[in-house]
Amino acid sequence: MSPRRDLEIIASLVPAGARVLDLGCGTGEMLSHLKRTRGCTGYGVEIDDANVHACVQRGIDVLQLNLEDGLALFEDQSFDVVLQLETLQHLRNTERMLRETARIGRIGIVSFPNFAHWPNRLRVATGRMPVTKALPYEWYDTPNIRVGTFADFEVLARKNGLKVTDAFGLQDGEVVRRWPNLLASVAVFRIERG
Amino acid sequence: MGSVGEVTPQQMHFSEPLPLRSGAMLPAYDLVYETYGTLNAQRSNAVLVCHALNASHHVAGTYAGQARSEGWWDNLVGPGKPLDTDRFFVIGVNNPGSCFGSTGPRDLNPATGRAWGADFPVVTVEDWVDAQARLLDALGIGQLAAVIGGSLGGMQALGWTMRHPQRVRHCAAIATAPNLSAQNIAFNEVARRAIVTDPDFHGGHFYAHGVLPRRGLRVARMIGHITYLSDDAMEQKFGRELRAAEFGYTTQDIEFQIESYLRHQGDKFSDYFDANTYLLITRALDYFDPAREHGGDLACAFDAARGCGFLVVSFTTDWRFSPARSREIVKALVDNRIDVSYAEIAAPHGHDAFLLDDERYHRVVRAWFDRVDIG
Repeated sequence: MSPRRDLEIIASLVPAGARVLDLGCGTGEMLSHLKRTRGCTGYGVEIDDANVHACVQRGIDVLQLNLEDGLALFEDQSFDVVLQLETLQHLRNTERMLRETARIGRIGIVSFPNFAHWPNRLRVATGRMPVTKALPYEWYDTPNIRVGTFADFEVLARKNGLKVTDAFGLQDGEVVRRWPNLLASVAVFRIERG
Repeated sequence: MGSVGEVTPQQMHFSEPLPLRSGAMLPAYDLVYETYGTLNAQRSNAVLVCHALNASHHVAGTYAGQARSEGWWDNLVGPGKPLDTDRFFVIGVNNPGSCFGSTGPRDLNPATGRAWGADFPVVTVEDWVDAQARLLDALGIGQLAAVIGGSLGGMQALGWTMRHPQRVRHCAAIATAPNLSAQNIAFNEVARRAIVTDPDFHGGHFYAHGVLPRRGLRVARMIGHITYLSDDAMEQKFGRELRAAEFGYTTQDIEFQIESYLRHQGDKFSDYFDANTYLLITRALDYFDPAREHGGDLACAFDAARGCGFLVVSFTTDWRFSPARSREIVKALVDNRIDVSYAEIAAPHGHDAFLLDDERYHRVVRAWFDRVDIG
C-alpha cells in the first residue's frame, strides 16, 4: 500500500472545483489535498475527537456526526461528490450508507479493503483469517465489521440500483484494472444513481 | 497560559435612543464593558464575547482587592488561552436590561423619575446585538474578527451574522439553539410565575416598597439550575446523599444534599440578581426565533450570513440545548454552503459544560481561533 499515491489516484476521480462531502474524513488529508490541488470545497464528516481537532487545525470544515445515525442533515444531490474512503467496512448499515451516498452526491466514490486479494485467499485456505497491510487486524479486534470483495461490491451496487461508472483496484500505489478482485488489496468504485 | 490580570470595567453613554424590536425605544442609556488585549493598528482583531442569562461584561481577569472575582469565561479567555488575548482584542459588554451596570430595570425611568421596574421595555436578542454594534461604533471597530457566545450568548452571536453580516467575519455558537422548545419555554414560565406571584414583587415596582421578591427569585434559580446540569452529573455529585445520618421524617426541612445545594444556589442568586431582569432575559430567550420571519425556514434566516465562517459546539449531556438543536443550526449553514465546523463534545456536565474547562472542547475552540485571520 502507498497511502499517498492511493490518495492522489482517488483524488484524480474528483472533478476540479467540485463540492465534496467526505464521509469518515479522518484528519482531513483528502479534503485538504482536493482544496489545494483541485480547488474543491465542502465538508468532512468525522466521529473521532482527535480527528475533528486535526481537521479544524488544518482549516478543513468538519462536522462531528455519527454516520450510523444517518445523513438527514444533507439534502438530496447537494454535493457533486460524496467520498466514502475506507469507511464502509466500519459501518453496520452498509447498504443504507451506500444509498445515502448516491442520494446526496451526484457521484459517489467508495474505497474499501478487498478481501479477495490473493494473499487473503491463501491465508484463508490455510484455515486462518488474513492479517495484512490492508487488513492489519486480528479477527477478534478488527474494527472492520464488514468484509467484502471487489466482486461482492459490484453485486451490492447492482442490487441498490446504482450505476458503476468506474471500478479498479489499488496495489502498491498502482491502479489495477486486470483481475482487480485477485490482484488488488484495495477496491475503488465510482458510482452514480442508476 | 495566564490571566489577563486585574481589569477595570468601563462605561459608555449613548444619548441617541435605541429603537427596539417591540416598537418601543430605549431612551438614553449606558453600557458597561471590559476589554482585554490590544486592538491592532488595522482594527481587525476584535472579538466580541456575548453573555448568557446571569453573566455580565466581566468575562476574564479579576478585580483588584476582590478574592474569587475571576470573570465567567476566564478559563477560555486570556494570554495563551483558547481565545488568546495576546492575539485578539476581546470585548465583553453587559446587555441593556441586565443588572450588572448597563441600563436596566433598577435605573431611573426618565419619564417618571422612578426606577423602571416592570416598565423597562422588553428587549430581544436582536436589540442586544444592535446595542453591541453601537458600542463597537463608539470604539471605532468596523468589523469583528469574530463573535462568540454560549447558550443565550450563542444566540446573540448567531444574531450578529444575520443582522450585521458585513460587520463580522467569524462566529462561534456554543451550547445554543435556533429557538426555545416548548419545554424550554415551560421552564422559563415556571420561573417567571415564581417571581411574579411573590407577594414582595409588587407588580415589578418592589424597589419603591424597599423589599425584594427573594422567594420568587430563589425558586426561579432552583428551576433554572436543574436544567443546567445533567441527570448523571447531579447523580454523581449528590445522589441520594442525606444531610444527616438518618431520615428526619420532615416535609419542610432539608433532608437530601441536592435540596441543600439548590437552596444555597437560590439564596446566593437572590442576593445579587434583579427580579425584573430575570423576567426580561427569560423573555428574550423565548422570543429568539430567527426562522420565524422566514416562514420557519432557518436556512433562509442564515442566507444573510454567507461569507461568515462558523464554529458550532454542543455537549452530549446538554438536555436544555441538546446536540440535536445545534445540528439544526449546522444544517441551515450547510444548506447555505457556509463554512462551518461542528464539534459534539462528550462531556458529562450538561448545559454548564460550556463554562467548564474541558480539554477536547477547549482545544477545538483554540484550533478554530488560530485559523481566524486578523489580516
